[in-house]
Amino acid sequence: MPTITQTLDINVNNLSVTYSNAKLALYNASCTVEPGTITALVGPNGSGKSTLFKSIMGFLKPTQGQIKVGGLTVQKAQKKQLMAYVPQSDEVDWNFPVSVYDVVMMGRYGYMNLLRIPSSKDRRLVMESLERVDMTDFRHHQIGELSGGQKKRAFLARALAQEGKVILLDEPFTGVDVKTERRIIALLMQLRSEGHTILVSTHDLASISTFCDRTILLNKTILASGTTEETFTEENLSMTFDGLPMNIYQNSEVDS
Amino acid sequence: MSDTMIALPLIDWLIEPLQYPFLVQAIWVSAFVGLVCAVLSCYITLKGWSLMGDAVSHAVVPGVVVAYALNIPFAIGAFLFGFGATVAIGYIKSKTRLKEDAVIGVVFTGFFAFGLVLVTKIPSNIDLFHILFGNVLGISQEDIIQTLIAGITTLVVILIRRKDLLLFCFDPNHAKAIGLNTQLMFYTLLSVLALTIVTALQTAGIILVIAMLVTPGSTAYLLTDRFDHMLGISIATSVFSCVGGTYLSYHFDVSTGGAIVVLLTVLFMVAMVFAPKYGILAQNSYRHQPIVDGTQGKG
Ligand SMILES: Nc1ncnc2c1ncn2[C@@H]1O[C@H](COP(=O)(O)OP(=O)(O)OP(=O)(O)O)[C@@H](O)[C@H]1O
Ligand SMILES: [Mg+2]
Repeated sequence: MPTITQTLDINVNNLSVTYSNAKLALYNASCTVEPGTITALVGPNGSGKSTLFKSIMGFLKPTQGQIKVGGLTVQKAQKKQLMAYVPQSDEVDWNFPVSVYDVVMMGRYGYMNLLRIPSSKDRRLVMESLERVDMTDFRHHQIGELSGGQKKRAFLARALAQEGKVILLDEPFTGVDVKTERRIIALLMQLRSEGHTILVSTHDLASISTFCDRTILLNKTILASGTTEETFTEENLSMTFDGLPMNIYQNSEVDS
Repeated sequence: MSDTMIALPLIDWLIEPLQYPFLVQAIWVSAFVGLVCAVLSCYITLKGWSLMGDAVSHAVVPGVVVAYALNIPFAIGAFLFGFGATVAIGYIKSKTRLKEDAVIGVVFTGFFAFGLVLVTKIPSNIDLFHILFGNVLGISQEDIIQTLIAGITTLVVILIRRKDLLLFCFDPNHAKAIGLNTQLMFYTLLSVLALTIVTALQTAGIILVIAMLVTPGSTAYLLTDRFDHMLGISIATSVFSCVGGTYLSYHFDVSTGGAIVVLLTVLFMVAMVFAPKYGILAQNSYRHQPIVDGTQGKG
């Protein structure tokens, strides 16, 4: 269904984020997520991947820098339902009395009137989204009754129902079996062909070259970014994960 | 035959007080208060704001005293101070490195103490005992009107914003991601919390109002996995306890607020032990017969 006419980029310009405990999580990060691509975000634990996602979504207030989505501020883009986000799983209360169907329906709230009464279109899109992640049978389950992989799929369905043109996924493959991972990858490729822009963080380095057009390497700042072919090199990876040039950068940054 | 023998005294017990207008009034006022508290209770328990509720309830004391001294409706003073305390808590938390529970503790005891100082210094005919423990049996017409306005406002706000407030409690990040104003929802929830406390002030009193805000929602939370059921159960237990407590208070000449909260607590304990899925008994029996392949116990 080629309903999407325009594709949107994400532009991160000179972003720095410091947490309240004075911990510098990101500094001077600049990168562009090209429109209509799947871009991988790669870096070791604690490198700031989730921090970058949360900054792009406007959940964190950066100490400096700007983020634009399709030329709009994040807030404007969100008001237009352009941005969907699939969190790393530990961010919600799993004992909350809502069903999978309710959660996916929350993706549609932005399209509803003040009272949030779902239209038949909303209901149809929720069912379609559940179908696409193969979670239809679980729709009446309370969300805490799901396995880790099923939880991921439920939140992916919510992002689908939201019809965001930009989709951010924070580690969608962690704790997911091979079959589900393949299915999610196929789904992401399908979304790309429909014109969505997708940014996905992952620790599964082996699968990246199979579906990601571009790769961003991150460790407190952007170390490399470009097409997967040119970025995903042995040298760049060892730099990212062993943090060789990091010490130099970090010292000078902290001192200044 | 024996049925009527038992039923007659019970009916008598229920009907006899209805000949006194002040009691009829107390019964429906406390039923109304029970309804308002029960609705908000579901959101407060799910959001984890019980301590915040306790704080607001204590923080209203100086507001009540000032309102009486200035001869303005008590509800206005109570609301302003209750809401002001939450703003103070938010401000202090964002400006210091203290943890939230410490900030809450400092602020509400400070407000409460200030209220005590005021009440003993400002000459007025406020009965401190009534503020602390409620006085629904002697509630004045004026206070009933204020209770109704505060309660109805709360119900209307929640009715209109219920889906958004639930989303805000569950996943504030997603609320933001779809362009909702989460800051506004935060203050909306705080305002209705303060309003509910104003509503319940005359019935339960400051000390016990927190029970009316936490217990019905907690009881319901143990009994169901669906929010609409939770709301229904919360309302049922709360209204039942409020009406029952008022009867008990009349028949046995005990504190109304106390009787209501005792009933609420008894219902909570019954749910805690016997709840079909999350009760202590059910959890023990799950432990003895393990679920095989997830085929059992899904229903
Ligand atoms: N809420 C917080 N308060 C303080 N520091 C934080 C907070 N969240 C993250 N950090 C710190 O910021 C840094 C970046 O964290 P972030 O969660 O962005 O890493 P990540 O790349 O997503 O890691 P992972 O692969 O483990 O998910 C870490 O050093 C972490 O300790
Ligand atoms: Mg992370």
